[in-house]
Amino acid sequence: MNKSELIDELSRQLDIPYKKADKIVNAIFGSIVDAMKKGERVEVRGFGSFVMRDYLPYIGRNPKSGEKIQVKAKSLPFFKAGKDIRDRVNSKR
Amino acid sequence: MSTLTKTGIVEEVTLRTGLSHKDATNAVETFIEIIKNRLERGEPVSISGFGKWKVRDKAARKGRNPQTGQEIIIPPRRVITFSLSNVLRARLSK
Repeated sequence: MNKSELIDELSRQLDIPYKKADKIVNAIFGSIVDAMKKGERVEVRGFGSFVMRDYLPYIGRNPKSGEKIQVKAKSLPFFKAGKDIRDRVNSKR
Repeated sequence: MSTLTKTGIVEEVTLRTGLSHKDATNAVETFIEIIKNRLERGEPVSISGFGKWKVRDKAARKGRNPQTGQEIIIPPRRVITFSLSNVLRARLSK
């Protein structure tokens, strides 16, 4: 399923116009991304959580040109599935 | 460190869309259920500019109970993985 199919499905289930469902989906992902930018954890009970992992800066290399590049410190989200979804994914096998 | 929870997401939805608290709660719950249902069926969910959830099959393997040292067989199972979109990775790497 992609984003527009998700919006379609949401608009059908809630019986609202596509445009409104689009706004809601963007608000949800927008709020999650904004939290990630601040380095915050995101936790949705039963679904899962995003934990930010910190990476130290390092000197990398462009594998094509061999050129040295400074890679800055960053923190990126890691997803851990919640118990409910882990169980549900396994019950249907 | 602070955590964004479902309550926080609902609040953001009311602020960003003008929906009532009740409608926003319903919308967020429905949204989560749609994604969970797809994953439950083994289908991937791919959100451009965000990332992709995939269901992967893991084969059975031998393991060991670390406490007793006894060998056990870990049955085949399914796990959910998430890969970050390159667009979001770039935005968060700044």
